[in-house]
Amino acid sequence: MKLALGPVLYYWPREQLQQFYAAMAQAPLDIVYLGETVCSRRHSFRLPDWLETAARLRDAGKEVVLSTQVLIESESDLKTLRNIAGNGEFMVEANEMGAVRLMSGTEGFVAGTHLNVYNSQTLKQLAALGARRWVAPVEASMDMLQTICAAQPQGMQTEVFVWGRMPLAYSARCFTARAHNLPKDDCQFRCMDYPDGLDMSTRDDQAFLVLNGIQTQSSRVCNLISELDAMRSLGVDVLRISPQSRNTGEIVAVIREAVEGGITPVAAAARLDRLGEMESCNGYWHDRPGMDQTQRAGLP
Amino acid sequence: MLQKKMELVCPAGSLVALKAAVDHGADCVYIGFRDGTNARNFGGLNFDLASAREGVRYARSAGARVLLALNTYPRDGGWQTACNAVDAAADLGVSAIILADVGLLEYAATRHETMRRHLSVQGSATNYEAIRFYHEQYGISRAVLPRVLSLEQVAHLRANVPVEIEVFGFGSLCVMVEGRCALSSYVTGESPNTAGVCSPARAVRWEKTPLGMESRLNGVLIDRYADDENAGYPTLCKGRFKVDDETYYAIEEPTSLNTLELLPELARIGVSAIKIEGRQRSPAYVAQVTRVWRNAIDTCYRAPQQFVVQGAWMAELNKVAEGQQHTLGAYHRPWK
Repeated sequence: MKLALGPVLYYWPREQLQQFYAAMAQAPLDIVYLGETVCSRRHSFRLPDWLETAARLRDAGKEVVLSTQVLIESESDLKTLRNIAGNGEFMVEANEMGAVRLMSGTEGFVAGTHLNVYNSQTLKQLAALGARRWVAPVEASMDMLQTICAAQPQGMQTEVFVWGRMPLAYSARCFTARAHNLPKDDCQFRCMDYPDGLDMSTRDDQAFLVLNGIQTQSSRVCNLISELDAMRSLGVDVLRISPQSRNTGEIVAVIREAVEGGITPVAAAARLDRLGEMESCNGYWHDRPGMDQTQRAGLP
Repeated sequence: MLQKKMELVCPAGSLVALKAAVDHGADCVYIGFRDGTNARNFGGLNFDLASAREGVRYARSAGARVLLALNTYPRDGGWQTACNAVDAAADLGVSAIILADVGLLEYAATRHETMRRHLSVQGSATNYEAIRFYHEQYGISRAVLPRVLSLEQVAHLRANVPVEIEVFGFGSLCVMVEGRCALSSYVTGESPNTAGVCSPARAVRWEKTPLGMESRLNGVLIDRYADDENAGYPTLCKGRFKVDDETYYAIEEPTSLNTLELLPELARIGVSAIKIEGRQRSPAYVAQVTRVWRNAIDTCYRAPQQFVVQGAWMAELNKVAEGQQHTLGAYHRPWK
């Protein structure tokens, strides 16, 4: 089983990104996804910076994948997309169908989590277009994956989001700018003030969602490492970890240890609970509301 | 010079609503089957085969057309049901089927080549490359755009695709990209993608408390209302929440999208059809909104340069609007 680091979903300053990826080059990861997937206005790294980082990570032995933006609206978004699609060096994760169009017929691409693969027939279509790996939607349950994995096209790899705040929604509107009474076109890049997003709670003070520019995330951290054995038996190939500003290195190390059998999945899950700095959840995996935390497999 | 007159596409959650839409001037009426195969899967709503057949007959006799929305993303367990629904749509002779799932688009394109396929708003196609993809692969003739693009972006997209474009003109406003929102399933286990519902009624609880009337969705407090405030349905993105100790509509106010004033612009850029949201709404709503929009579109095409939104139209629409407030949404850039 391989470990993948998803793209950084937040807006971090240039130095922080550089330091983060220098550290990740040494982390026990197999695959690193790079690129700005949330907002085209963010520019602490531009494509040449991502490509330079990609080359460094590749030299450190990582498989590098360039992720495309999820919500593509303007011609300049499309220009960036075309540059990524035609980079000629690194695999691409297509996060909407425009990217799929540009990548189909190439040597292969990753079908991102937002392509809405909910059944085997859709996966078959993407495989025929050249997808070599697919990332399940965050809403996917074990039952849903079971039938898809059982009918998986030849050579297709399955990747599951096992750790991090889940990306739940995208909008035309920037909620971080809105929180500061700023228009999106003059957002003053306020999302840089929130390295793990801006917390939104209910009126009775329960942490609920996280605002991250035009993206909305779960406040609770998806923690599925306790389901490692089930994932293995389904044939899941890759586990995705979503970066956060603190403890990502430790989180990767714990998951690696669990995958290699150094600690039990349940013990790993408990250690991750502490590193997440937020409540955990695993509801989607059990076909329940995503925010639910049901009892973990392996616990009495 | 205006191109072919844009179609008015109206919602119907029942045969009575369908007839109301047809009687008041809808060019097309879109409906769904009574199960999880469409994105308005609410109790007591939608069509069985007999009522759908009668709906198609009624519409046809009045020169109108019926479109069938089959726009959720089935899992393998629901695959056969979804395919049966596609077959049933073909058998009914609907004018087009509205799909989002790539597997189902392929199924429909292969088995029922001559039945028109529209890409649902749930397909999340927000740029011309994505729409070209669906056109090239699955032969769609029309794409319904998510409510996230500005007017200029719609125009640019329109100029670069070989298919018709349909946009939302009126109704509840989804602030998220349709097809890319799992907020409802995060809280309730059911989302538009998976179950055809958002913030389902079965998960709603109202409770009178000393702090005010509270609306909860599966236990999560969506809003709390003082005695002098109108309580709205707890659609979870339209509640009031706390950010940095401030309580406000952190995602979106409960407003309606209303693009009446943009009609001449939408016509000029070549939008083929304008969609009214609200299959979950009453026949009276459908009648009222259809009548106003029919009148507005006809007025606009008679003399686009002189088009002004009439006060009476707005008054009519205000009566049925969510939250009694209107917005141009993303069409108007500053809204973003």
